[in-house]
Amino acid sequence: MIEGVTIYEILGLSSILFFIGVYGFITRKNLISILISVELILNASVVNFVVINKYVYPDMLQGVYVSIFIIAVAAAETALAVSIIINLYRQINSVEVRDTEIMKH
Amino acid sequence: MIVSAIASVSSRKMLRTVVYLLFVLAGVAGIFFLIDYNFLAAVQLTVYGGGIVVLMIFSVLLVHHIEMKLEVAKLSKRIVTALFCAIGAGVFISTIYTYDFQVTDSTKTTTTAEIGTGLLSYEAGGFILPFEVISVLLLAVMIGAIIIAKGKKLETNKDEIT
Repeated sequence: MIEGVTIYEILGLSSILFFIGVYGFITRKNLISILISVELILNASVVNFVVINKYVYPDMLQGVYVSIFIIAVAAAETALAVSIIINLYRQINSVEVRDTEIMKH
Repeated sequence: MIVSAIASVSSRKMLRTVVYLLFVLAGVAGIFFLIDYNFLAAVQLTVYGGGIVVLMIFSVLLVHHIEMKLEVAKLSKRIVTALFCAIGAGVFISTIYTYDFQVTDSTKTTTTAEIGTGLLSYEAGGFILPFEVISVLLLAVMIGAIIIAKGKKLETNKDEIT
């Protein structure tokens, strides 16, 4: 654990990070910006897992495994989303949310 | 870190938001270093800082003109959303501060070998099954990404040839 930093402060920081992500997810109009917001949300959850594991159950490693899985899933999701976005841009020349009204082309 | 996070959802230049996101991810990796999970910090830096941010920069450069300003939502909608997010964060933080965590003092350092054996052990508490599932998921995503990004182009090429 970090000297002089309590678990409350880090958990508060991660929840602020989470809500910044939610704010960006709702207000941005661009697919890539929405993807960035989703990354922020996932990262806040990773911080939560790791910090609770370290401060409350320091002898176990479950939180570390779960966060590795979350990071892997986030990477996979980003790769897939970027490929979908580029394919969409090729077809309709835009990445704004309101222009994406087709599912199949 | 918080400042960079706010900047990354409110900046109007696309490339800058990605760079701010990189700062946030590096800050999270710094937290992992401070609480002694060196392996996790390295994974965070390589996968997020090295992989995802580079991927996003490439997609931004492919899709946008750099100087293009982003469209933002209406001011009223932004204010309402910010208000709701602030209320939610307040509820979260007050709940966190009223809960009594059983914090245990420990200076135990975990090595990468422990993480590896735990991840691959078949015994109780081992994580071999999710590990396999995640590897299959990664393979499926890789194939799917290739097909989605390339499929249309290949078909048109075939049409042109025939």
